Amino acid sequence: MNELSLNLYKKLYIARRAEEFIIKHYPEDEMKTPMHMSMGQEAISVGVCHALGPEGQVLASYRSHASFLAKTEDMDRFFAELYGKETGTAQGKAGSMHLAAPDKGYLCSSGIVASCIPIAVGVAFANKQKRNGQISCVFFGDGALDEGAFWESLNVASLMKLPVLFACEDNGFAVHTPSHMRQGYKSITDIVSRFECNVFQEDTTDVEIIYRLALDAIESIKTTGKPAFLHLKYYRYLEHVGIYEDFDAGYRSRTEFNGWYKRDCLVLQRKRLIDAGYAEADILHAESLIDEQIKNSIKRVREAPFPKPGELYRGVFYEKD
Amino acid sequence: MRKISFCEALNEAMRQEMERDPTVFVYGIGVADHKKVFGSTAGLAEQFGQDRCFDTPLCEEGMTGFGLGAAINGMRPIHIHIRVDFLLLAMNQLVNMVSTYAYSTGGKLKVPLVIRAIVGRGWGQGWHHSKSLHSYFAHIPGLKVVLPTRPIDAKGLLISAIRDDNPVIFIEHRWLYWAVGEVPESPCTIPIGEGNILRQGSDVTVIATSWLNVEAMKAAEILEREGISVEIVDPRTIAPFDDTLVVESVRKTGHCIVADNDWTDCGFGAEVAARVSEKCFGQLKSPVKRIGFAPTPCPTVRCLENEFYPNAVDIIRAVEDKLGLDPIDLSNEDFYSHERRFKGQF
Repeated sequence: MNELSLNLYKKLYIARRAEEFIIKHYPEDEMKTPMHMSMGQEAISVGVCHALGPEGQVLASYRSHASFLAKTEDMDRFFAELYGKETGTAQGKAGSMHLAAPDKGYLCSSGIVASCIPIAVGVAFANKQKRNGQISCVFFGDGALDEGAFWESLNVASLMKLPVLFACEDNGFAVHTPSHMRQGYKSITDIVSRFECNVFQEDTTDVEIIYRLALDAIESIKTTGKPAFLHLKYYRYLEHVGIYEDFDAGYRSRTEFNGWYKRDCLVLQRKRLIDAGYAEADILHAESLIDEQIKNSIKRVREAPFPKPGELYRGVFYEKD
Repeated sequence: MRKISFCEALNEAMRQEMERDPTVFVYGIGVADHKKVFGSTAGLAEQFGQDRCFDTPLCEEGMTGFGLGAAINGMRPIHIHIRVDFLLLAMNQLVNMVSTYAYSTGGKLKVPLVIRAIVGRGWGQGWHHSKSLHSYFAHIPGLKVVLPTRPIDAKGLLISAIRDDNPVIFIEHRWLYWAVGEVPESPCTIPIGEGNILRQGSDVTVIATSWLNVEAMKAAEILEREGISVEIVDPRTIAPFDDTLVVESVRKTGHCIVADNDWTDCGFGAEVAARVSEKCFGQLKSPVKRIGFAPTPCPTVRCLENEFYPNAVDIIRAVEDKLGLDPIDLSNEDFYSHERRFKGQF
């Protein structure tokens, strides 16, 4: 039996099921925060975060649910933040778009496209100064490639040889605008490869391939001292923001989705487990344990109090314990 | 006590902090070139090496995020901008990311980032090399904003800023670089948030920022000869703004003039006026007067530039107006000593 395959599957399943629970409960209007759902993206979040390990430092975009859960495995603080509870990552002040758990190496996520990229470069600079061998990784969509901050950061990291992994989660759209309407170039990886930066790409939704590719990218950072750029395509299953499908909106089709869903990362990884000899019943059992975990987590979160009056003013500046 | 210039005080503050704490580093466009940001970074690259004092590509937004990233990961960066105007390119990082970072972690993470930025003036700096914009930054929760006036303020406040666990915008007026004053040789601190009574007086209170303190001191010196006693309050930190000294002074004098080195509309002067109105309403003998830049972009040619900037004469006339005095004859007074010194180019 392959421990790695099962662990990766569990992480994928947690991310997917957590969002299915969000979809189920969102209409109750208790989670009052704009949701940018990860569905379709999980293999990248899980594969890369698993490769980074507990030591790695992650920064992300607002489409952060999967990477947050993969990196922190902290379901309670995740749901609590979405429900605006005192037990959340920022006592409900941050909501879905600003998830952060620095104690678990999840440094920040952001509602502004590309804004975490330069921060990841600065984190990498500090690691290089401290000679601690740590890697920072920033997730961003292809929309971030349109922003100056991406190019500024790529240039600085390449120039200064900083240990940062740029992980581009390319879903082909910036909100609803397709790449060909935004990009005055043919290939992002061609351009990035002209920088002093190692480039990795693969046309895959297979979490294990992504995991190994991320390991290669991390290894390249360690051996060459240069940053690495990882380019991976995926299909965003749901609307840009919100919990619904939007195939009737006219900018993309269900047929296209159906093509991608044939290689859905969970379907692929589950099949791998079966092929490797895992019994269906064992997988179902593992899944039911996660379902139970999510259900209990949501129960705890619902019972948790909202932040107390006065909490509003706390944490604007650093507060000693 | 030993006397040094404002510029030397900045340099000494950074050098002593870099000696004390290996996590302090200095970066920005031109910090390690032969001009050394008007000399304020002189010797740092030589003493501490290129890892701790280095030039950067021209990407203010990217390098501001870089500073934030280094700050949340154990370093104490000092990012230098030779003009405040260039900071506008970094507003996304400053306002969306730097100022909110602590809040996003429930106040658990430190963001010890210092941003030094210089206000230009004179010899044709024009509208892209002359802004101060301290009110922009002070408007944003999560940023501290400091404007040193004297050399000792420069050293004491910069050391405090470097040791502070929060982002500090440190705004330095170019003309103050030549100001000479007593500064302790050993490291010293002035608490961020603490104002200074620059001059004691009893008839009128002038609250001034940055270079306008020099103008206010000149005005006070002339008015003193006429028997008028002006109290000058330099807030030094405008965010967080502790208005205690201002309120005490205005309660004493009953007259309040704010001379701010910035535009007046929606500016720091308006903030002071509001605080004074809230806290000294019954003690005011006259309405609060604001003095600041003309509401235009800063022009280049000297004659228009002189009209653009507020000065000691404006302060004197405002004091006379408050006290119902006839205008003093100023034809033999000597003004603008620093401007004569500044022949350009930058």
